[in-house]
Amino acid sequence: MDLSTIYMGMKLKNPLVASASPLSKTLDSAKNCEDAGLSAIVCHSLFEEQLTHDAGELDHYLTTNAESYAEALTYFPEITEFNLGPSEYLEHINRLKNSLEIPVIGSLNGVSNGGWINYAKQIEQAGADAIELNIFYIPTDFEKDSTVVEDMYVEIVTAIKTVVKIPVAVKLSPYFSAMANMAKKIDNAGADALVLFNRFYQPDIDLETLDVFPNIELSNQWELRLPLRWIAVLHGNIKASLAATSGIHTHTDVLKVMMVGGDVAMVCSELLKNGIHRATEILDDLKIWMEDKEYESIEQMQGSMDYRSVSQPAAFERANYMKVLNSYKI
Amino acid sequence: MKRKKVTIDGNDAAAYVAHKVNEVIAIYPITPSSPMGELSDAWSAAGQKNIWGTVPMVIEMQSEGGAAGTVHGALQTGSLTTTFTASQGLLLMIPNMYKIAGELTPTVFHVTARSLSAQALSIFGDHSDVMAVRQTGFAMLCSNNVQEVMDFALISQKATLESGIPIIHFFDGFRTSHEVMKIEQLNVEDIREMIDDKFVKLHRSRALNPNNPFIRGTAQNPDVYFQGRETVNKYYNEFPAVMKNAMDKFFEITGRQYDLFEYYGSPEADRIIIMMGSGCGTVEETIDELSKNPDEKIGLLKVRLYRPFALNDFVKNIPHTVKYISVLDRTKEPGSIGEPLYLDVIAALNESMNNKNNPFEKMPYVTGGRYGLSSKEFTPAMIKAVFDEMKKDDPKNHFTVGINDDVTFTSLDFDKNFKTESDKQFGAMFFGLGSDGTVGANKNSIKIIGEETDNFAQGYFVYDSKKSGSTTVSHLRFGKEQIKSAYLIESPDFIGCHLFSLMEKFDMLKDIKPGGTFLLNTVYNKDEIFDKLPAKIGQQIIDKKLNFYIIDAFKVAGDTGMGLRINTIMQTCFFAISGVLPKDEAIQHIKNSIKKTYLSKGDEIINKNFEAVDKTLENLFKVDITDKKPGEIQIKDTVSSKAPDYVRNVLGKIIEGMGDDIKVSEMPVDGTFPTGTAQWEKRNIAHQIPVWDESICIQCGKCAMICPHACIRIKSYDEKYLKDAPPTFKHMPAKGKEFGVDKVYTIQVAPEDCTGCTLCFEICPVKNKTQVRLKALNMEPQLPLKEQESKNWEHFLSIPEFDRTVVNTGLVKSSQLFQPLFEFSGACTGCGETPYVKLVSQLYGDRAVIANATGCSSIYGGNLPTTPWTKNSDGRGPAWSNSLFEDNAEFGLGMRISADKHNEYAGELLLRLRENIGDNLVNEILNADQSDEPGIYEQRKRVEELNNKLKVMNTPDAEELLSIADYLVKRSVWIIGGDGWAYDIGFGGLDHVIASGKNVNILVLDTEVYSNTGGQMSKATGLGAVAKFATSGKLTPKKDLAMMAINYGSVYVAKVAMGANDTHTLRAFLEAESYDGPSLIIAYSHCIAHGINMEKAIDHQKNAVKSGYWPLFRYDPRLIDENKNPFRLDSGEPVIKLEEYAYAQARYKMLTKSDPLQAKKLMKLAQEDVKKRFDIYKRLAESKPNSEPETKSNSESKESNSITN
Repeated sequence: MDLSTIYMGMKLKNPLVASASPLSKTLDSAKNCEDAGLSAIVCHSLFEEQLTHDAGELDHYLTTNAESYAEALTYFPEITEFNLGPSEYLEHINRLKNSLEIPVIGSLNGVSNGGWINYAKQIEQAGADAIELNIFYIPTDFEKDSTVVEDMYVEIVTAIKTVVKIPVAVKLSPYFSAMANMAKKIDNAGADALVLFNRFYQPDIDLETLDVFPNIELSNQWELRLPLRWIAVLHGNIKASLAATSGIHTHTDVLKVMMVGGDVAMVCSELLKNGIHRATEILDDLKIWMEDKEYESIEQMQGSMDYRSVSQPAAFERANYMKVLNSYKI
Repeated sequence: MKRKKVTIDGNDAAAYVAHKVNEVIAIYPITPSSPMGELSDAWSAAGQKNIWGTVPMVIEMQSEGGAAGTVHGALQTGSLTTTFTASQGLLLMIPNMYKIAGELTPTVFHVTARSLSAQALSIFGDHSDVMAVRQTGFAMLCSNNVQEVMDFALISQKATLESGIPIIHFFDGFRTSHEVMKIEQLNVEDIREMIDDKFVKLHRSRALNPNNPFIRGTAQNPDVYFQGRETVNKYYNEFPAVMKNAMDKFFEITGRQYDLFEYYGSPEADRIIIMMGSGCGTVEETIDELSKNPDEKIGLLKVRLYRPFALNDFVKNIPHTVKYISVLDRTKEPGSIGEPLYLDVIAALNESMNNKNNPFEKMPYVTGGRYGLSSKEFTPAMIKAVFDEMKKDDPKNHFTVGINDDVTFTSLDFDKNFKTESDKQFGAMFFGLGSDGTVGANKNSIKIIGEETDNFAQGYFVYDSKKSGSTTVSHLRFGKEQIKSAYLIESPDFIGCHLFSLMEKFDMLKDIKPGGTFLLNTVYNKDEIFDKLPAKIGQQIIDKKLNFYIIDAFKVAGDTGMGLRINTIMQTCFFAISGVLPKDEAIQHIKNSIKKTYLSKGDEIINKNFEAVDKTLENLFKVDITDKKPGEIQIKDTVSSKAPDYVRNVLGKIIEGMGDDIKVSEMPVDGTFPTGTAQWEKRNIAHQIPVWDESICIQCGKCAMICPHACIRIKSYDEKYLKDAPPTFKHMPAKGKEFGVDKVYTIQVAPEDCTGCTLCFEICPVKNKTQVRLKALNMEPQLPLKEQESKNWEHFLSIPEFDRTVVNTGLVKSSQLFQPLFEFSGACTGCGETPYVKLVSQLYGDRAVIANATGCSSIYGGNLPTTPWTKNSDGRGPAWSNSLFEDNAEFGLGMRISADKHNEYAGELLLRLRENIGDNLVNEILNADQSDEPGIYEQRKRVEELNNKLKVMNTPDAEELLSIADYLVKRSVWIIGGDGWAYDIGFGGLDHVIASGKNVNILVLDTEVYSNTGGQMSKATGLGAVAKFATSGKLTPKKDLAMMAINYGSVYVAKVAMGANDTHTLRAFLEAESYDGPSLIIAYSHCIAHGINMEKAIDHQKNAVKSGYWPLFRYDPRLIDENKNPFRLDSGEPVIKLEEYAYAQARYKMLTKSDPLQAKKLMKLAQEDVKKRFDIYKRLAESKPNSEPETKSNSESKESNSITN
């Protein structure tokens, strides 16, 4: 039985990939992922914003009270060499690459064009097999219309594609007015894969303290529905590979992703919650199911239930409200 | 050989050489020498090597005494060793200095000469300290400017190695140590050529070595000690030649010739000054000016080598024609015939006459004078006065110059208008805030001018005595002529005012040259600015026809993401309009320098600064002053007209920057000042102040408790006091019996004293239900509220304080009804120490005597002009004193012993006078329960009654008792200081005091670094934290001072963090004071040296406790007698990781950026240490007293352990 799949031109031994998460933070944990059968690993993200913030913050606190008082012209030792760049992250990529046989995908979460390009190049140089861009922008600016926001995404992808040779995946949020069109634009900009969808820290409220606090919960299985819909719609209409992330917990989830046209299914919450060994179980279950149903390969099922291939493609289009109307028959 | 021109200060210059020619550097931080040690440590940490290719080992010791001991040990075992110190630090080295010299050991101590603590501490420069070691056997070499500091550091190293005589190389504190000057830097090759390794080997050959054993340091007896002491004479006799040889060799290498004594001036001079130090340059400048009159035959003899005093060289260098000599000493030796240099000169001249080595026809007429104590300005006008005095028939001897001594009339009058500043030099002054980066930018500017042009350049910076809202004044000189002026700029060509409101504080345009340039940072545009300027400033601009430029630097900073840092913007303006360099070239230099400064901090910061530079020129405007008239705004008095005369007339002058005009008669003779003076200095430094929302306030009192500056006050009072209240005065019904029945409650802010730290807002636990960002206190702009709230504050003060005898002291909410007797200090905005100090003043201030170790708390507690300790309406309040840094525990113990003795003696006298006083009163006084406020109140009444009786008795015993009857009221003795004192320099004393069993209360304000001197590591610094001398993170855990004290079993010990649990803090203070024995409270004190957002300091405190790093506990020996566990752990198991606490602070986080692997390693160790320690505390808390099975009382005590916040 052939579980292999092609993702951004890379042949993977199966479609189950570790998504950008703490799973890759230590070499041991990454090695466990490989041993458990995962076919590639996306590193935790390098946050450009964090690096910039760290630099600014450090400069602020090391100098704020300097040269104010005769006895204490400074409060910290003079350190001329600060390692404010991403070197720790890059070294980690390098270590993973040297220790793992499966492909290692760097992940970059940035805010500025300069930062994206600079860090993408460095991730490539560190040995990553591919880069996943996690474009993370909450458009709260009332003056910025959707075209501006969409163009920003496209510009980032275009810029990065011109400076790196390795494949580039783009992890998107689902909050676009015209998702299909947006996917197309990013595809045209040269993205080698679309990863659907990233999950944000979302604000929550503590009723005791009346504080708002951003938080992220592990995913639930039902969250797969959204990527399923869009992979089904996009498959066959764009050149880029398609990856589903969010809500992959069992072999059935992987199967569904494959059937709607996904190339890989990215898993994280399930492994964080129940252990990395779950990857082995999912893959075993996948094989059993395929044997039971007499599938020979993943390729065979890929796209078999995409928008074009199902008998009722409207099911991928309709919103809940429409379904209710349709079901209301006398 | 080509040498680099560098623009550095004196400390940098000395350390540069010292680091290159030593193997071991043992130091202890003390102003103004600290930067030498810090630089050495930083260079060693960066792997910089000495001339032999090895990195010098730098060690910070626990005191200067410790540093001297380590230096001695390292020298005795053959290492080339040095130290850097000043003032009291040098005095602590004296015992070792005798040893080092007595054993003929080569070393150079680099000393920034500084005043000694006498009637007051002063951090500034004079020769009091070095003169106090002239008898130790160390040679003494004085440098007068930054170039000489570098040169003499090397010359002295050569001389000490070749002579075996140790040397004090000294230069004037601040004036030279902190003056930035363009100098020629010695090359490594120069240094290499100067040092003959033969003598290095000789030094090593004299080292203690078990392969060649000998003993050194014997005890000698009457038969031989004397002879032994005389053995060194020949070395001292030969030393001047060795030093001269070193100077000559230096000349060969560098072309700069120095001599043991150097003469400057007319070869036919009839009047000369003899002196040493930075003032020599100014004397030379004055001689040049005065000598323009050919009749003036004057000169200066500079003493370079002061010890050993080279008699022949001295006489040789004085013109034969000299008739009058004025010897100027920068020190004061009360009771002596004259100051040291004066006496030496007299003796030298006398001896030369006796030796017939006499170049003079007649013994010159010699007078001695004092000048420049504590960096007092020493100007050409003063020098002219000295020369002029020598013209008189009967010149004044033992004079002073620079002050007005209207008591013993020692001072010389001088004409302030006599100035010698060259037109060929450009003088620029900048008035800024400490926080806006003005000084940093100016240091940078002078570096650009010094290193990128052929100008000579000098920068000197004057700082504030307050830490919050501090102002700075920068003095920059540059020009084609060598700069000799070692005094502040007197007639500037350029004034930069970086903050509009500073025009109210400084009369900054007073001395600007006509046609000069004035640059002002203002929000007003060029059309409206004249109406907004204070009238006086406007008039000065018009009268002096100034070139007047304005910029809204805060706008440019805001637009370019620079926040409040306007340094780069104002620097750009200076270069754009001063013409010192072509504009484009200057801007390129600024950008280069920005790039260099921020290279390691990322492109983002560099780009922000670049953008600020570019935007500056678009926003810089010249104001056309043609036909302009000054506006109508008048500058307000800085001190309230309601202030007492002394405050208005004396302290007020200091506030106005006119302290130099204060006469001797106006100063106290013994350093005693009135308390309660800070209230009169309205500093108005807050941009925002808290505004009370009484509709949601729950009256918890937390705001008042945490307020570092006692600016939030609470009163509960009768409604009748609202009768005359201003209309905006807020109040609400008092809730709860703690506030009395039918009372009204008010929280009021002191709007002009508040620093805007926001801690009250942050700690307020109430949130507005309709808009949760609002609390019961909300920060609002100060300016629109100032007038209204000032009136409210005044009314609030007029309401009587709550009756102390009925306050429930055990609750935070009611404890804040106690009047703070420590208010409006100059501590940093949001200071973490002062809330504890204030709490002491509230609870016990009316009967407290306080010993305060030198450090932040002695500075914000006692630095002039105004001081925060105050008194209540009865005239009672804390009596406070600062002795030294190292002796504070002992100082406080002395206060306790004194109080106990007087109490005992008063008791004896009471018994002696029993018949006259009456049994009842005597018995009541002697047996009084003074454990609480009512008890104290009753005792005071009894003592008052006693005093009334004693006053009419007219017997010797009655008079005797009258003088000490106050001691019958219980005194509360507090010993307060920082961790540098308690953990390091004062630990020996502290240990002895807690072991004494005496009833003292020790409050350690633990900031975990030497905060006052700029963040050097102490033994309280946490493992993994970066501090000066712990650049790679502290490798060892924080010393557990509490456990050491607990070990005695007889000491009350508490570890508290007010921001984490204020109730616990309050409880600990109450228990500590009530314990009739030694108490030690270790208080977590957040600090700017932690590199934190001070507004969020409470969160840091909470996280310190939550992580288990700072467990809250109390150890009360009294519980042992009750068969209870004396140790109570008051905080729970760690619930967050240490890194969550630590990495929110730059002191920890910076290591993750400078050395990530080390950071990880240390954080792991630190986390393990936290766990280990917490487990120990837990076990201690769970242990059963006397190993008996748990009793009911034990379990009860466990329940009472919980103190909820």
